[in-house]
Amino acid sequence: MSANDITNILVCGIGGQGVMTATEILAEAAIAEGHDVKKTEVAGMAQRGGVVTSHLRFGRKVLSPQIEPGTVQVLLGFEGAEALRWSHYLKPDGLALVNNAKLVPPVVELGLFDYPEDPTGQMRAAGHRVVSFDAMSIARDLGEVRLGNTVMLGAIADYLPFAPDVLLACIVKRFARKGEQVVDANRRAFAAGREAVARQLATPPA
Amino acid sequence: MAAVMSQVAPPPAASRLLLSGNEAVARAVWESGVRVAAAYPGTPATEIIESLARYPDLHAEWSVNEKVSMEVALGASMTGARAFCAMKHVGLNVASDCLMTMTITGAYGGLVIAVADDVGMSSSQNEQDSRFWGRFAHIPVLEPADSQEAYEMAKFAFGLSEQYETPVLLRLTTRICHVKGLVCVGEREAHEPAGFIKNPQRWVMVPAHAKVRIPGLFQRDETLRGVSESSPLNILEAGSDRSVGFVTSGPAYMHVKEAFPNAPVLKLGLSYPWPPEKVRALAAMCDKLLVVEETEKILETEIKAAGISCHGKDVLPSMGELSPQVLSPAVDRLLGKPVPPPTPAAAPPKVFPRPPTLCASCPHMGMYYTLSQIKNIIVTGDIGCYTLGAGHPWNALDTTICMGATMGVALGMDKGRGAVDKNKRILAVIGDSTFMHMGMQGLLDITYNHGNVTVLLLDNNTTGMTGGQATPASGKDIHGKEAPKVDLFKIVEALGVPNERIKVVDPYELPVLFKTVRDEIKIEGPSVIIARRPCVLIEDFKPFRPYLVEEDKCTGCGNCIEVGCPAIHVTRREKVIKPSGREVELAFVNIDNQACTGCGLCVQPCAPDAIQHVPRRDIPIHIVKTSSTS
Repeated sequence: MSANDITNILVCGIGGQGVMTATEILAEAAIAEGHDVKKTEVAGMAQRGGVVTSHLRFGRKVLSPQIEPGTVQVLLGFEGAEALRWSHYLKPDGLALVNNAKLVPPVVELGLFDYPEDPTGQMRAAGHRVVSFDAMSIARDLGEVRLGNTVMLGAIADYLPFAPDVLLACIVKRFARKGEQVVDANRRAFAAGREAVARQLATPPA
Repeated sequence: MAAVMSQVAPPPAASRLLLSGNEAVARAVWESGVRVAAAYPGTPATEIIESLARYPDLHAEWSVNEKVSMEVALGASMTGARAFCAMKHVGLNVASDCLMTMTITGAYGGLVIAVADDVGMSSSQNEQDSRFWGRFAHIPVLEPADSQEAYEMAKFAFGLSEQYETPVLLRLTTRICHVKGLVCVGEREAHEPAGFIKNPQRWVMVPAHAKVRIPGLFQRDETLRGVSESSPLNILEAGSDRSVGFVTSGPAYMHVKEAFPNAPVLKLGLSYPWPPEKVRALAAMCDKLLVVEETEKILETEIKAAGISCHGKDVLPSMGELSPQVLSPAVDRLLGKPVPPPTPAAAPPKVFPRPPTLCASCPHMGMYYTLSQIKNIIVTGDIGCYTLGAGHPWNALDTTICMGATMGVALGMDKGRGAVDKNKRILAVIGDSTFMHMGMQGLLDITYNHGNVTVLLLDNNTTGMTGGQATPASGKDIHGKEAPKVDLFKIVEALGVPNERIKVVDPYELPVLFKTVRDEIKIEGPSVIIARRPCVLIEDFKPFRPYLVEEDKCTGCGNCIEVGCPAIHVTRREKVIKPSGREVELAFVNIDNQACTGCGLCVQPCAPDAIQHVPRRDIPIHIVKTSSTS
């Protein structure tokens, strides 16, 4: 396999959480760094609260858009159980960054299935490196829950094969037309996301 | 929101853009000077026309169904204009009546049909291989492997169509349509239509004329086979490891290259007619030949029929997507190598399923909750968001087949049932967009043939499942501009349903809805209940004041959970023994008032009045979701 020079990032969550947009911004950053990029998701009925996974691959030349299980360098999980669902995609030394939101679907409310106890704990028990944090609380503390996605992007920023500023520049570009105030709020959210992970992770970025 | 596609200045030529396959095709269609582009929304092809509608200087439209979209494209081609239509795989079934004769008339202005196969069935009722249509209709098939190729092949297709006067099939799959990759784009070239030339021998397909033209189809196949042999779209890559050579096309090519970078590969871009000499050349240079195709055994069968020994579906699956992970063990098997067992780490963790569900405040919930409360009914269903009514907690649909089938299936059940089903009432559910796509004819059949069916027309004023596209009943065209708004009531009446048997109800008003359904199913003969409320994901929907659960009043009866709203959550469960001695599990709930938009459906079955409006001062700022996927 020619996976050596390819970075595989898997972003997962549920429909409506902003998984696809976050991955789009990550893709833009990789393009800005001169990489070939492919991004794919299966989200046919995702806006009905279903599972969304977005695969992002970048490097010198990307062939297949699909990530194989066991090959993900960084998993960015927008929801606990969803991060667990896709955790087998992680490389043995891969890193999972998980927003500890718990979004319970109607099939669980109806008592047909159980929500897993401590999803990130299960991932750790399986040997994965996991950092979990509450992106929504961080965003709320910054005054706007909509900043949650930028917190998520901040969380992954130090674990990409390029400088965090490249990603930040792409976020700023997205929000530029909304004015300086919105841009500043996103800068703060990005910084807060970076800090939330750095605080927990003693090991330096890969 | 997908509903409004206003035109914007397209990015300039030579830009390198991150485009999905759908967006890349749209760009190519625009650059090719196409004047008319038509489609009915369908995953995974929807975004092609959505993107095209943003480009200037062409007519883009939502057609009422795929057959009409193809006819519109054909008509434009007859005038010499370049024309395009797009559809999902099942849409081509609908359009095939047009296709099978338009292949005889042939194209005048370049005519390209993009068909998107939902390989892996992310959002479809079946899996089909549209490459068969190339054989059936004697038209060339192009298969891009990524966005850049989708762009290039779409541009190539118009020239091919004009040169050989043939419609061209551009076969996409979900993994082309929805994968984004970098595409280098170019300029638009104008194509002024040459003008319609009256020629009954060509355009009026009666037996005498068709008989003269049909031999031309076989001739065209042979000519295009020659084109295929010399086409740079069909590349033979020599490789260095000659143990297995691959014949492949579409996204499967990328998987082959990923898994076997050093193998000889014949990549078929113009995959029908395929080039036998190139396949023979590949076979001669490797020990074994493996045909890697998603999904059916088409090339493999034809290659074998040409006398070339090969492998394919003896080691590969005939359904679902291929991937390097699927290919590697298959090749091991082919080479007689031991297949390594999957590592425990690669096993997916066990997590509950998260099926798609209806949105908070979805008007369909009112209907399905009502149906779940009525006994002795058979409910035929159809294609759309409302197919989700077959799921929990409603379990309210008994059939789903294809667009519009609810009508005919319901009538057939009515006519075919014996004593065992005699006392059951038959209801047919259909959405507004599906009704106009293919349901109207079925309703006509019900009224004409004295059917005893109660039709539930769920009118949410949009094509919901594909992301909220306009319909003839929404009063807007693809650009969001005003269009004649057809009156569904009048259509239903014109199709033969007596005026007094057409009821318009609000699906949020459960008691009225329940009574109306109960009353109508008791009366013999056809009736239609139009349940009217806008989809919560379109502009017409205005959220109401959200609700909360007053904890001290909640008795844990769980009635509200049966409504099926994703904003209702169980906070704790408790087992109690009723006075009758029966053990029941109580489920105490709360409402996520960020998600609740105040439809009030859950309030109505709540016996202790525990569900109340959120006090005005506590109303959160509502962010109505506008993301659309399709």
